[in-house]
Amino acid sequence: MRKLLATLITSTVLFSPVVASAATVFPLDRATILVSSPFDVKVEFDGVVAEGDVSVTVNGQPAAEVLGKSFTFIEKEDGVDASAVRINEVTLPSPGTYTVVAKAGSEEKTVTWEVYGTPEAPVAKNVIFLVADGLSVAHRTAARIMSKGMSEGKANGRLNMDDLDYAAFIGTSSTESVATDSANTMSAYMTGHKTAVNALGVYADRTADPMDDPKVETLAEALRRQTGKSVGVVTTSELQDATPAAVFAHTRRRAEKAEINNHIFDLKPEVMLGGGSAYFLPQTQPGSKRKDDVDHITLYKEAGYTLATSKSELETAAGTNTGKLLGLFHTGNMDTTLDREFLKKGTVDKFPEQPGLVQMTQTALDVLSRNDEGFVLIVEAANVDKMSHPLDWDRAVVDTIEFDKAIGLAREFAAKNPDTLIVATGDHTHGVSIVGTVNDEKDADSMREKVGTYAEAGFPNYEDKNGDGYPDRIDVSRRLFLAANNGPDHYETFRPKLDGPFVPAIRNEDGKYVANEAYKDVPGAVFVQGNIPTSGDTGVHAVDDVVLQASGPGAEKFKGYMEQSDVYRVIAEALALGAKQTQ
Amino acid sequence: MPALCFDRRRMLAMLGATAMSFQAGQTSAADNTIAFGQLYASFGVLGLTFSDKVKELSGKAVSMRGFMAPPLKAEANFFVLTEIPLSLCPFCSSDADWPDDIVVIYLDRAQTFEQANGLIEVRGRLEVGSWTDPESGFVSLLRIVEAGFHRV
Repeated sequence: MRKLLATLITSTVLFSPVVASAATVFPLDRATILVSSPFDVKVEFDGVVAEGDVSVTVNGQPAAEVLGKSFTFIEKEDGVDASAVRINEVTLPSPGTYTVVAKAGSEEKTVTWEVYGTPEAPVAKNVIFLVADGLSVAHRTAARIMSKGMSEGKANGRLNMDDLDYAAFIGTSSTESVATDSANTMSAYMTGHKTAVNALGVYADRTADPMDDPKVETLAEALRRQTGKSVGVVTTSELQDATPAAVFAHTRRRAEKAEINNHIFDLKPEVMLGGGSAYFLPQTQPGSKRKDDVDHITLYKEAGYTLATSKSELETAAGTNTGKLLGLFHTGNMDTTLDREFLKKGTVDKFPEQPGLVQMTQTALDVLSRNDEGFVLIVEAANVDKMSHPLDWDRAVVDTIEFDKAIGLAREFAAKNPDTLIVATGDHTHGVSIVGTVNDEKDADSMREKVGTYAEAGFPNYEDKNGDGYPDRIDVSRRLFLAANNGPDHYETFRPKLDGPFVPAIRNEDGKYVANEAYKDVPGAVFVQGNIPTSGDTGVHAVDDVVLQASGPGAEKFKGYMEQSDVYRVIAEALALGAKQTQ
Repeated sequence: MPALCFDRRRMLAMLGATAMSFQAGQTSAADNTIAFGQLYASFGVLGLTFSDKVKELSGKAVSMRGFMAPPLKAEANFFVLTEIPLSLCPFCSSDADWPDDIVVIYLDRAQTFEQANGLIEVRGRLEVGSWTDPESGFVSLLRIVEAGFHRV
């Protein structure tokens, strides 16, 4: 025991710097920053300090000299009994290592930033970045088996993503936790900086205001600053949802969707296709979710955009020569492929004319590729995540098949335009695995006993007679059994949810999530005890690595293990975002 | 994939949401009971249109059946009524959002909320039109005010 204590003391001494209290510096230690990209610098001291005691140096020089601007001193931050200094929108025009030392009284903090340059000339003209929200290995495997089939242990066909050339494992953790969400993960891809859960395009500071956090540059901003490329976003979620928002926005709180919609409008992406029209409508219009009179529909029209609100209008709009296309197909999130195309459940009765990810991606490619300077298109299959949360694996997997078809379009485009970098990935993972099959034909007296594992799993009997890539039906007699490794209390029915997306748990009067009794009497349903806190409504994101795949110029830089923020650097280098490409 | 055939028995076995909408559908259009399906004449990307029934009943005593969404806090004078039970809590989860067709219920007095896992009936006076709650900042289009509710 004494030996153990001695070891502990030694390690404590080794790993803790001997400082009374430490300030926090944003950007955080080990930040990687694109050369000449604007960012905010903030130092948060632990206590109230005197302005005259504050010193901030960069590589030994006064920060104001290196950064070209003076710090603003805040004696007491709003709602915080402590001081801070900040400078907004600084740039570092030379690549290199920058050591920042902030001091005030007994507080001292040292961080190091790496400012990276890029080649002068781009290797890629276009980037198509496809992200299936929550894409885990189980989704891919299930999509391949469900879509292509498997016999004698070999897949009977390949997904489009299966033939991308390079791959990397991506670490998705956030700045304050191993765990992660779609805001900080996509923000890392789209800014090159890691951040906190719920945050987009900012480092998360300690003040309550969700709009005052230190900003970093987003991909859309960098493209506007350095290139004449077009920018497009396609998603099946609301266009203000975390993943598409991360291309543009700056906020600590992803829920600030009305404000996010303003940020998107400021950057005017050439193509925007998805849901979330509620945040485009002024508050007086029933269906609006704004709290002001801003009318983005009118503003976009005045800015020269063609508007499409249905599948057929999108088809017509594809031929538009304005080069600016706004497609809004739902007030909220769009329905899943399974509901939209096959079951007609969810909200399809209210919004029957929704296009799918494939049509939206094709239209976006058609419109964006008319720009001779090139384009960056972000495509998100949002429902892979939105259906994995409520443990509705069939819907999540069918949307993964749709996602793969969008990757197919990207590959077709790249075959004709080889100066196109394709990245296909998830933003984070879910705790899900395929553990075998459920076999209705098996002679057993309960659904649980009809689960086949190991040799008994056999092969599922999905069919795709019409060759559209989707199984003709998902409720076949021997189907894949996907199981979550976490979740709230719920009933496992061992069957696809043909009447609408699964609602596993409901909140009770004590604020705890309990199993939804609506599934209790489904024949064979068994109660599954939850293993996350009862405040959790659905399954949670996993901390597991994401598998990223890529093809095209620059793709060879994706390899081994990479932090999610490193992905931005590969894109920045491929597009030479360190070099000014406009006059 | 061709259209799937529905397993009728399985559908009926699903209680809760489905059962609720069947019950709501049985109410007569002539009385002051409003079903969720009767709130809007049309749903569109560019907005929703109130139904004639809602316009006629504006300012009058009405009753509605639905589910209490997870409340903002245990004791309050308002809650959100939804057509189907919500698995996500838009008040507490930043990646959840409200469905389009919600009705905000303002009670005649603040009270502690009970079991949200079941159908309730709300009675009160219907208010139509955009209004921002000065206390919570919550914007609503349809409200039942001076309301009371009970389990069905």
